[in-house]
Amino acid sequence: MKDDVVICRCEDVTYGQIIEAIRSGLTTTEEIKRVLRCGMGPCQGRTCSRLIARIIAEECGRPASEIAHPAVRPPARPMEIGILTGEDDEENR
Amino acid sequence: MKRTADCIIVGGGVIGCSLAYYLAKRGMTNCVVFDSSYLSSGATGRCGGGIRQQWSTEPNARLAIESMALWEGLEEELDRDIEFLQGGYLVLGYTDDDVRQFEANVELQRSLGLDVEVLTPSEIPSRAAPGLDTRGVRLATYCPSDGSANPFLTTQAYADAARRLGVEFELFTPIGRVLVNNGRVAGVETGRGTISAPIVVNAAGSHSLMIARTAGVELPITPWRREILVTEPLERFLDPMVISFSFGIYFRQTRHGAVIGGFADPQEPPGFDQTSSLDFLTTMCRKLTRLMPRLRTVKVVRQWAGLYDVTPDAQPILGHVPEVEGFIQASGFSGHGFMIAPKVSSLLAQLISGEEPDLDIDRLNVRRFSDGSTAGERSVV
Repeated sequence: MKDDVVICRCEDVTYGQIIEAIRSGLTTTEEIKRVLRCGMGPCQGRTCSRLIARIIAEECGRPASEIAHPAVRPPARPMEIGILTGEDDEENR
Repeated sequence: MKRTADCIIVGGGVIGCSLAYYLAKRGMTNCVVFDSSYLSSGATGRCGGGIRQQWSTEPNARLAIESMALWEGLEEELDRDIEFLQGGYLVLGYTDDDVRQFEANVELQRSLGLDVEVLTPSEIPSRAAPGLDTRGVRLATYCPSDGSANPFLTTQAYADAARRLGVEFELFTPIGRVLVNNGRVAGVETGRGTISAPIVVNAAGSHSLMIARTAGVELPITPWRREILVTEPLERFLDPMVISFSFGIYFRQTRHGAVIGGFADPQEPPGFDQTSSLDFLTTMCRKLTRLMPRLRTVKVVRQWAGLYDVTPDAQPILGHVPEVEGFIQASGFSGHGFMIAPKVSSLLAQLISGEEPDLDIDRLNVRRFSDGSTAGERSVV
């Protein structure tokens, strides 16, 4: 795969950056997320987590089924602070 | 994995990794850092990343000011961008107690040379935080040289620099127990075998409680869940970390643009629970919109929780313990370990290599809880 292919679309992280991170010793999705931010954007890794797990599997010669995906954090999808307050905010808008 | 080392560090957070670096820099390169998971997987990687010098007691303020001096040179020293930013800290006061305390704090801090000033509510938006709703604020203190950094990148940068000097890191390797022989530390037993060393440092955050227990040492540390959230990235609108002890909040805008913040729930029971709660999410959103109305239409992307390792005086436990020679404590940071890590680790590195630390850390020895020499810190979130 070409190094400049974007794997995490939210945070603009490329295949080349992920390979470089793996070769520096970061061999889990959690570590790569914390250093490169992939999976921290609005989609929360829905698009890139699987791809990154597969890249780790290929690069480290391990079965993809053994590569854990990053922890899923709430909320399930990005949500407006004004809605989350639970207050009637018509007049505040 | 090597079988002997000069020093074993338990815990790959900012304390463990920075200590490994400062030890190696002093020539003690035969060190091994252990973590049961990946680097900064515990409290460090879950923290807000603030770096504050505004403390209420002289020794704490000195420690924080000397830490900032190290932070200022850290990106160059470690040869890495760690998103260090001196955007200041704005501390909001709402009560009579706040007013009295802040005036005393500022007098002390200025006597130590800190660039801190008192702001009236009407000065706050133009001087420090545009768009901040100052209803109810009596006064604020503002220190422009306070700041923040990225906890993951900082920990990784310290670890990489330590590795370049020869330190080894054994990650995903839990410690079974600390080995003690005739009142002296002998090494640690791990899931991958035993490794011996004359010095073992316990830098495992809340888990240091259990690590110490395996050596027969009881630490006065209580784990407490603290929650935090982060928004989508926004164009830069806020430089300082905004905090209030009485209103109960802290939040800042990261260099990436997201707003990150949390508050301490006084009703939170102690324990190791690290799940996220809906209560936190809704209350935090109310607090945020109350102080910064423009955030109403901004989206929360993620929330998570971490553990504060809280001691009775909210100060860390540093140095030797009376029961086991060579067993060094570096935990109990009570929610402000990240900001003082550079200086604390430098001082511990001096202590471990047999030198007199250049700032007194003996006051933070665990002994203080039995001989009654604790001095309370008032400025704790």
